[in-house]
Amino acid sequence: MAIAGQSVSAGTSTWDRIKKWTPVFIIAPSILASFIYVFVFAGWTFYISLSDSTLLPSYGFKGFENYVSLWTNRRWSVAYNNLLFFSLFYVTLAMAFGLMLAILIDQRIRAESFWRTIFLYPLAVSFIATGTVWQWLYNPGSGIQFMVNALGWTDFQFALTTDRKNAIWAIIITGIWGSAGFSMALFLAGLRSVDPDIIKAAQIDGASWFRTYRKVILPSIGPIFIAVAVVLLQFAIKTFDLAVALTNSGPGISTTFPATYVYDFMFQRGEIGQGAAAAMMVLAALAIVLVPYSLYLVWRRRRESRNG
Amino acid sequence: MASLTIRNLRKSFGVVEVLKGVDLEANTGEFIALVGPSGCGKSTLLAMIAGLETVTSGEIYIGDRLVNSVQPKDRDIAMVFQSYALYPTMSVKENMAFGMESRGVPKAEQEKTIARVAALLQIEPFLKRKPGQLSGGQRQRVAMGRALVRDPALFLFDEPLSNLDAKLRVDMRTEIKKLHQRIGKTTIYVTHDQVEAMTLASRIAVMHQGEVQQFADPDTVYNRPANTFVAGFMGSPSMNFIDAEITSTGGGAPAVNFPLSGGGVASLPLHNGVADRAQSKKVILGIRPEHLSRQSASNSGKQGFATMSALVEVVEPTGAETMAVLKFGDREVVGRFSPDEAPKTGENMPLAVDMTRACLFDPATTRLI
Amino acid sequence: MADAVLGATVVEDREAAVASRRRLISRIVIYGLLGLISVVYIVPLLVVVLNSFRTNAEIGAMGLISLPQSFRLDAWPQAWSDFCIGGQCNGVARYFWNSVAMVVPATIISTALGAINGYILSKWKFPGSEIVFGCMLLGVFMPGQIALLPWAFLLGKLGLANSVYGLVLVHCIQGLSFTTLFFRNYYVSIPDDLLKAARIDGAGFWRIFWKIMIPLSPPIIIVTVIWQFTGIWNEYLFGVVLNSGSNQPITSALVALSMSGTTVRTYDVMSAAVLIGALPPLLVYFFGGKYFVRGLTQGAIK
Ligand SMILES: Nc1ncnc2c1ncn2[C@@H]1O[C@H](COP(=O)(O)OP(=O)(O)OP(=O)(O)O)[C@@H](O)[C@H]1O
Ligand SMILES: [Mg+2]
Repeated sequence: MAIAGQSVSAGTSTWDRIKKWTPVFIIAPSILASFIYVFVFAGWTFYISLSDSTLLPSYGFKGFENYVSLWTNRRWSVAYNNLLFFSLFYVTLAMAFGLMLAILIDQRIRAESFWRTIFLYPLAVSFIATGTVWQWLYNPGSGIQFMVNALGWTDFQFALTTDRKNAIWAIIITGIWGSAGFSMALFLAGLRSVDPDIIKAAQIDGASWFRTYRKVILPSIGPIFIAVAVVLLQFAIKTFDLAVALTNSGPGISTTFPATYVYDFMFQRGEIGQGAAAAMMVLAALAIVLVPYSLYLVWRRRRESRNG
Repeated sequence: MASLTIRNLRKSFGVVEVLKGVDLEANTGEFIALVGPSGCGKSTLLAMIAGLETVTSGEIYIGDRLVNSVQPKDRDIAMVFQSYALYPTMSVKENMAFGMESRGVPKAEQEKTIARVAALLQIEPFLKRKPGQLSGGQRQRVAMGRALVRDPALFLFDEPLSNLDAKLRVDMRTEIKKLHQRIGKTTIYVTHDQVEAMTLASRIAVMHQGEVQQFADPDTVYNRPANTFVAGFMGSPSMNFIDAEITSTGGGAPAVNFPLSGGGVASLPLHNGVADRAQSKKVILGIRPEHLSRQSASNSGKQGFATMSALVEVVEPTGAETMAVLKFGDREVVGRFSPDEAPKTGENMPLAVDMTRACLFDPATTRLI
Repeated sequence: MADAVLGATVVEDREAAVASRRRLISRIVIYGLLGLISVVYIVPLLVVVLNSFRTNAEIGAMGLISLPQSFRLDAWPQAWSDFCIGGQCNGVARYFWNSVAMVVPATIISTALGAINGYILSKWKFPGSEIVFGCMLLGVFMPGQIALLPWAFLLGKLGLANSVYGLVLVHCIQGLSFTTLFFRNYYVSIPDDLLKAARIDGAGFWRIFWKIMIPLSPPIIIVTVIWQFTGIWNEYLFGVVLNSGSNQPITSALVALSMSGTTVRTYDVMSAAVLIGALPPLLVYFFGGKYFVRGLTQGAIK
């Protein structure tokens, strides 16, 4: 409820009038900045994507040619196939591990915050830093393979990052390692919000531990599953730092992602127009995830308010 | 002298009209209660008096000053909120000092005022505490203390007791009454509890759907309610309403008739010439539960008492008195009896009805006849 | 009678024993799993920390994952001031200070603006304020790639190209959506009656903000500061695109350093460099973990 909006009828001083508008004056620059950032910037990039820009922005209109050449580019098809593959495994596995961790931590364990701290620290650090370290670990000459070999299992092979076919798994594994703690935190918050009386009722009904989770607790945090999935998908679409630090799109172009594609075309190859087209595609991918999700949120809120 | 006058006050939120032309005035030193069901616009009206909501149309005068567009701080009012609205990060003392600081009252005077009010409300022991460290009743006192330090022309209370438990509520009600008698400030007191309104107010404004239904002293509101809404809202259990018809009895004296179960008709004589004022034969007869009693030697022949009998369906003893649900034809009627005259379930109870206190309402307008 | 009672207690004892054995097994499984997963989480951290104190020769011979045989501090000063990145041999110090110069003002400014915006959008609503809030929310979802070209152009026009001030501006505006969202959602739960009481007490827009809202805000201020600090410190894309050479923040330097090691990798110095880059957010995390998690969950579920 607003308490502002005092009507200014005749007889009040100019001073009162100015005071009434104080909040609007103060927030105006922020509104303007946000508006420019959201709408003008997106519009601008869209416009560039329709232009003949190469090394420098230029404003010769070219229609959708950049999009056509984008979608016929082999590298782009590698990029979006990678994104689909990555999203599938990254999202499902990060959720699965996160849920497992959350359920483990939910068992009234000792030093709960200690465990949580361990699983969440990768989120505090940049993927550049963690990715760099993982890159070393993946390096067969010094990392995990080297260690296992040194332990005596001399024909053990673990060289994801130098293998075109499997390099994406390096990114998936590190991605999961970095984000499972995040989905754990959200799931844990969800588990803790379940009405304890429901759980007690299930126990009195003689439900086993497993059944209590499967039939009673997890169904009641359904919305959390969707929220976690949406956030992780959003992370996946924006994947950039991780790919740069781990494989730098290599070997060859095998781990190109849409976001790294944008960077490469805009700033390495001087194909600004096509880079912008790819950026618009990243935006579109986000919209495909987020628009249905916000509609779902609105729908759920309506339904909740209708049901009291 | 009037210290608050409200003329034809209206308020709309968008297309929804919440107040539809309210008129009200409070004389200096008066205690006015605003009662009504939830959502009828009481808080909105109070917020408009305080200057927290804009006026859509109409006038508000405090003293003789038109305050429609005066800032809240310049209206010479103080307000106590339902949620107390104590500043959680400030101590009790700082809470009370906050308004005085805003108005630039000198430090020494602040101290003196706080000491005086704290003594009045007996809150000195916790002046240093934060609101979170106080009980509900203590918070309530502090909220009043914050209002009292202003020494305003007008006190506004918005359901100040509704967050307290039943026992404390009764105690605080008495304290507010004492306080008002001591300081004699004009007070506008919003409540949805009609008992609070009856016990505290010198006049009660009963509101419903954005309109004042009746504005009168408690006795009038209770005994001569302006319409069926007021009659039904004030009093607990509420007044019983019975569809009835006016007829003349043999001697020409008028009476109200209504059918009883089993084909009989109850005929209760009327008094004071009410019958003449009725526009039509059809009326609504209103009888309060306490105006039903068991027929006895002392009341059966008495002037103004009518007799009839009714089947007792349910009996609900509460200790001090006993409620009973009686069957008047196909209507259920609640009666309130002292325990020693209480009926038994299934009894066909002989009743004496105090017709001098009964009300008749026009079914078309629901107004009192 | 007495026998029956005795029998019952025996049965009970046996049941209790079974139950406690079950419990013990389930505890072992739980802690075992947690411990196992923790190893996967701790090893990478341990690897950088330990290797920053080993000699490079030892790392070469024994691998990254092995118990240290030597201890020396040389790698740290080397990483700080001598290490060669992109042809310049001044260590990461310069980039570290760039990041500090970027993150401190950007965090302070974006948090302050978020507080005021959140205050206005929750307590001083004006016609259209809900729409304004909706638009600001969109900023939360904008991918950085969309804004790269416009920023490059705009910063050029403002004369802030390739400067730390440019990045400060970028992060202030980038962060505005988040900080506003955080503060607004926190402030809507503060009862309006409190502000009404304050207005009757004669307090205006600023006095209410300073005397009532801010004293109630420490939790959300901490959440927002931590969120902004870690987010901006860890940001890579804008730093590498908008700035170049010695004006880049630490994240760009870390990438440059791990790319440049084409010949022999100096893991000891690189470990120290990575740690230097990761230390500020890690410290913030270890000291303000509760608030970090709160920001994370709030930022995710809007
Ligand atoms: N800011 C607002 N915008 C739209 N409608 C409002 C607003 N404030 C109040 N209303 C509506 O005005 C009506 C009167 O509200 P008000 O708060 O005055 O009721 P009340 O009599 O104080 O009720 P209660 O006893 O529940 O406190 C309600 O129907 C409410 O929904
Ligand atoms: Mg109210």
